[in-house]
Amino acid sequence: MRKLFRSSNIFVALGASILLAACAASGTGTSSYGSSKDESAVKELVRNVGDRVFFATDSAALSADARSTIMRQADWLRTNSKSLTIEGHADERGTREYNIALGARRANAVKDYMISLGVDGSRLETVSWGKERPVSLCAEDACWSKNRRSVSVIQ
Amino acid sequence: MIKTIMRTMIAVLVVLATQVSVSFAQNLLRIDITQGNVDPLPIAINPFQGQNDQPSMIGADIANVVKSDLNRSGLFQSINPAGFIEKDLRVNARPRFGDWRIINTQALVIGKVSNLEDGRISIEFRLWDVVAEQQMMGLQLISTPSNWRWVGHLVADAIYERLTGETGYFDSRIVYVDETGPKNRRVKRLAIMDQDGHNPRLITTGQSLALTPRFSPTAQEITYLSYANRQPRVFLLNIETGQQEIVGDFPGMTFAPRFSPDGQKIIMSLERNGNSNIYTLDLRTRVSRRLTNTLAIDTAPCYAPDGERIVFESDRAGRQQLYVMDADGKNVQRISYGEGRYATPVWSPRGDLIAFTKQLKGRFLIGVMKPDGSGERILTEGYHNEGPAWSPNGRVLTFFREQKGEKAGPGLWTVDVTGYNERPLKTPGFASDPAWSPLIR
Repeated sequence: MRKLFRSSNIFVALGASILLAACAASGTGTSSYGSSKDESAVKELVRNVGDRVFFATDSAALSADARSTIMRQADWLRTNSKSLTIEGHADERGTREYNIALGARRANAVKDYMISLGVDGSRLETVSWGKERPVSLCAEDACWSKNRRSVSVIQ
Repeated sequence: MIKTIMRTMIAVLVVLATQVSVSFAQNLLRIDITQGNVDPLPIAINPFQGQNDQPSMIGADIANVVKSDLNRSGLFQSINPAGFIEKDLRVNARPRFGDWRIINTQALVIGKVSNLEDGRISIEFRLWDVVAEQQMMGLQLISTPSNWRWVGHLVADAIYERLTGETGYFDSRIVYVDETGPKNRRVKRLAIMDQDGHNPRLITTGQSLALTPRFSPTAQEITYLSYANRQPRVFLLNIETGQQEIVGDFPGMTFAPRFSPDGQKIIMSLERNGNSNIYTLDLRTRVSRRLTNTLAIDTAPCYAPDGERIVFESDRAGRQQLYVMDADGKNVQRISYGEGRYATPVWSPRGDLIAFTKQLKGRFLIGVMKPDGSGERILTEGYHNEGPAWSPNGRVLTFFREQKGEKAGPGLWTVDVTGYNERPLKTPGFASDPAWSPLIR
């Protein structure tokens, strides 16, 4: 065990090669479209329906805008036999664990509202990414407000 | 007189049999480390000499590790060897104290490295009180040459312990999250290194996001949050074998894991329908137990070192605050009442303090308070400081600091519990979520 701790000093070289592999493999980028091959459905959800809603700081309350987006998503689900994963995200101005929980709370707020609109809950999954996957990178609320979001992704 | 301490299979510490001087322990050097901002003790650390008192490469390397450890603690200031007057020091001879007093030395370390027939090396050193002209310590260690860095940490621990009366922490490691790639596609891997930043080594591949690693009490396992298969779950990783298993496989997300002090349980948050509550999982029986039951976010649980109480954060009163409860979930008491939000509480291994992240007016602070919530002190403040973790002796905290901006990333820092001696801890790249290993003795 001692030997194991002390032995390697290949950090940098190993780091570089794994980074390349990870970028190619993971697919978790700024926007995550899951593994769906149905590109036209993805396009419609993102462009016409609206795949994301935004939240106030430290809040999972749904604004009027958020509710109308979720209504359009619910309508879309009525005519498309798809299932959605609702990803919850937080901005970077919170602690890591809390933001993971906050992202889950946001994703569930969206899910609960969809269920109240008649969507079968078995077609909806949630996952939280906390503050780990921002889409806007400046250190101002203009960016943070875009990161406090839920994104509905076709499973 | 000869006392042997088995520290591991490799190193053996022996108190040097020959006292060079008769010592009467009175008014010897002593550093009080509880006060903070002490004037560092001037200490002269000579390169350890080799066979027949010849210069030794490995001896110089060992002395440099000792120097660097002691200097980083902020309690010592090693004196530049260029100013040393007395040369040709021998480990078994009395030094000329006058020569050391002239250059304002208070403590003097003289060491020697010799080769043993079996390929191992023997390291002898003495610590002298220059003012009292007395030997404070004489020790011998036996190790393999490749472990010279570790030997240096053991020597530094022995000197630190003799001069402060506190347990040393230089023979310990830090696990953390290595971060690479742009901010919106960060790759996060677990890495482990010596407490001084040497020997960094990646221990996960980066295929899945890895967050919040924490050591087991034996330091052989890590519990952490992995996004394997894009599902956030608590994992257990054996550092030695690399074997992994999911321990938080419940319906819903598990996160914010830590070991219980006896290593038998993992305490963590389980999220269901947007509510996060605190659970324990018994690693042997696999029985889980729910400890909190609220519609709030209850997370970041951490046991007291005696295992009888748990500190955690909750927004049940509207925003994040710290709470303490009994190990069975009963007797919940809020302990933080200051302005702002309190998060990521960690109980000191000494039991006397709880460290936390505090958000106040858009700033992120690291502070400590007593377990009853009194005596809050802020140790550092800035744009973003987060996630404190204790050194095994409860005297130093490590945390991560984020800089503003798209290209920026986090780095590790250390600060004394007194709030003094804040220093960056060098890592090969961006780093976050540090956790300090316990001592392995």
